Amino acid sequence: MSNSKFTRRGMLKTGAIAGAGVALPTIFTASSAAAYTNEPTGSTVTLGFNVPQTGPYADEGADELRAYQLAVEHLNGEGDGGMMNTFSSNELQGNGILGKKVEFVTGDTQTKSDAARASAKSMIEKDGAVMITGGSSSGVAIAVQGLCQEAGVIFMAGLTHSNDTTGKDKKANGFRHFFNGYMSAAALAPVLKNLYGTDRNAYHLTADYTWGWTQEESIAAATEAMGWNTVNKVRTPLASTDFSSYIAPVLNSGADVLVLNHYGGNMVNSLTNAVQFGLREKVVNGKQFEIVVPLYSRLMAKGAGANVKGIHGSTNWHWSLQDDASKAFVKSFGTKYGFPPSQAAHTVYCQTLLYADAASRAGTFNPCGIAEALEGFEFDGLGNGKTLYRAGDHQCFKDVLVVRGKENPTSEFDLLEVVEVTPAAQVTYPIDHPMFAGGALGTCNAG
Amino acid sequence: MDAILLQILNGLDKGSAYALIALGLTLIFGTLGVVNFAHGALFMIGAFCAVTVQRIFNISYETVDESQTDFLGNALVVKTPYIESWFGPQMGGAIIDWAVPLAILFTVPIMIFVGYAMERGLIKHFYKRPHADQILVTFGLAIVLQEVVKYFYGANPIQTPAPEALSGIVNLGAIIGMDIVYPVWRVVYFFFSLVVIGGIFSFLQFTTFGMVVRAGMADRETVGLLGINIDKRFTVMFGIAAAVAGLAGVMYTPINSPNYHMGMDFLVLSFVVVVVGGMGSLPGAVLAGFMLGILESFASMNEIKSLVPGIDQIIIYVVAIIILLVRPRGLMGRKGVMED
Repeated sequence: MSNSKFTRRGMLKTGAIAGAGVALPTIFTASSAAAYTNEPTGSTVTLGFNVPQTGPYADEGADELRAYQLAVEHLNGEGDGGMMNTFSSNELQGNGILGKKVEFVTGDTQTKSDAARASAKSMIEKDGAVMITGGSSSGVAIAVQGLCQEAGVIFMAGLTHSNDTTGKDKKANGFRHFFNGYMSAAALAPVLKNLYGTDRNAYHLTADYTWGWTQEESIAAATEAMGWNTVNKVRTPLASTDFSSYIAPVLNSGADVLVLNHYGGNMVNSLTNAVQFGLREKVVNGKQFEIVVPLYSRLMAKGAGANVKGIHGSTNWHWSLQDDASKAFVKSFGTKYGFPPSQAAHTVYCQTLLYADAASRAGTFNPCGIAEALEGFEFDGLGNGKTLYRAGDHQCFKDVLVVRGKENPTSEFDLLEVVEVTPAAQVTYPIDHPMFAGGALGTCNAG
Repeated sequence: MDAILLQILNGLDKGSAYALIALGLTLIFGTLGVVNFAHGALFMIGAFCAVTVQRIFNISYETVDESQTDFLGNALVVKTPYIESWFGPQMGGAIIDWAVPLAILFTVPIMIFVGYAMERGLIKHFYKRPHADQILVTFGLAIVLQEVVKYFYGANPIQTPAPEALSGIVNLGAIIGMDIVYPVWRVVYFFFSLVVIGGIFSFLQFTTFGMVVRAGMADRETVGLLGINIDKRFTVMFGIAAAVAGLAGVMYTPINSPNYHMGMDFLVLSFVVVVVGGMGSLPGAVLAGFMLGILESFASMNEIKSLVPGIDQIIIYVVAIIILLVRPRGLMGRKGVMED
């Protein structure tokens, strides 16, 4: 049995110590002896590459990882420099970032939000990563972006196409180079109008999560605005593998266009099923039935094989672009790995260079300094023409490509052809656009 | 009416895959008493047998075409399959086109060997261990097999098309004056599954080997006391069950491009099918497979989903719960199977 004695002097001393502890600025606490989270003190700086290394998007993740490694090589002055030679900003000199050699750690998101947060947390807390980047799913990107906001590090989003990433879930510490559902719709709609006319009935099959919802909303709004009627919007479980029961009702629905708001393995299977059921040969309402895949990638096209021929969609970037920057990146990546980079590889390579450049221009690794350098930053020479990192929502605005599955591919990489480069102005929307409403950017957190 | 018939066809087709996988699972449980969580991986290995055969048929020699360039601007390297140069473009092309059906010839012996090796190398050591241990070790094995396949084939789906002659659609409703188009390959898959199921039942029913196996499933010890090496026959049955799963996988590849986690996608559903059908009951597994396939298809109809949102994702589990509440041993389960 303990016998405690409370004295006035003892209470005052205890209170004073406790009060001082509470009042002490975080800068003096053990976990943040530096001015901001993971301030690099040695000769190196660590970046965290958080990509799906297992799960259905593992090939996209593997391509992202290749691009990250290439970017690190170039930042450290190795290799041919890739797009550092074409980038409009001349801050990067091949001596790392701010003179510190770039090192990196990798994590496996498994395309699961909880696993992605856990690996990002580990990279921040254990490995001292000063920036986290990666992802191949909007659900993951939004989850990790929130974590980075709380932890006080920059998140340079990889592959994430949901409007919500820079819409209702936007964060001051998060930045997205990749385009979004709205931009896909804005680029695609005029092309679809020219190809298929204004009198069409569209049936949507949509992956049942944030990305699918916002893409469906965007495409439906854009096509309805040009006169199309939306017959039905059907949500399909993300875990679906056989879409035949969802495709079958399309046959008798009166629709003459099927919009597949699916990505990755889902898109490969749903498109394959749609073609199997003869939708491409079908004539409805006196019109040839058409299929649209709003978000395309070369890796998906490879999985879907001949089924993608003649089908239109949008993409952030494609290796066949003939501008100097794209050619430099394709040469650099292709020489190192033996095949052309995917859009996922391109966007994460750009994000790494953009982070490094912003740190160099800001003269600090402080996330708030970097955020300030990225906000409103206009650049060129990274493959999509002139690009703006808009300050209000941290979304990049650049040209968007409309592509079509190639009828006669000349190689296993030659699966898509660019049919239109939609100017950035045509896909730009106001910050207060209803599809991006809700949430707040908030203020930068330095940790 | 067209929509309902179409969903019945769809359900039968889904049910074909469920029934084939569940049949193999039940064979293993009924003979060896092992809960094999690696069975989905066997389905996946079968599918990748088709992918491998397709790749073997496409092994090519390279020639440089100076008149064209590759993505780096170098002279284009053109690949020509050896089969086309050996048998001529027409015959060689036809062999490549029929890669999936031809893969069956390779898959059966490979899968029997894989099943035999799995049973002798690992699973036999767990016969007398609790079901929980069996589940853990076979689930672990499934993950290992999955990762091995991913290492060699990548994570993205691999297009494995049906032969041109069996692609496209057929109007099944023409006979009854209706317009019900359905993919030819799915019809092939359904009839193929009926042939395999019929073959397994005939083998067990009409051969001496099958008769002994059935006797062993009913009373292992008594059959053993008659001087019959029942363990050896059960090992063969494990190989046959693996072959059934493998065949289901091979023929499934043109329906959905195979990927390394396709086995896991089917595994849980197949176990539900086995439990609903009745643990250890072969007819029960087949019946439940087709029944749940049809139910799942109906549940994904817009009319049903508008009444009960999300029903397509839970229907199988809801029905499983109801059936097990009413008939705890499943539709055709035998008394005492779980108590063995």
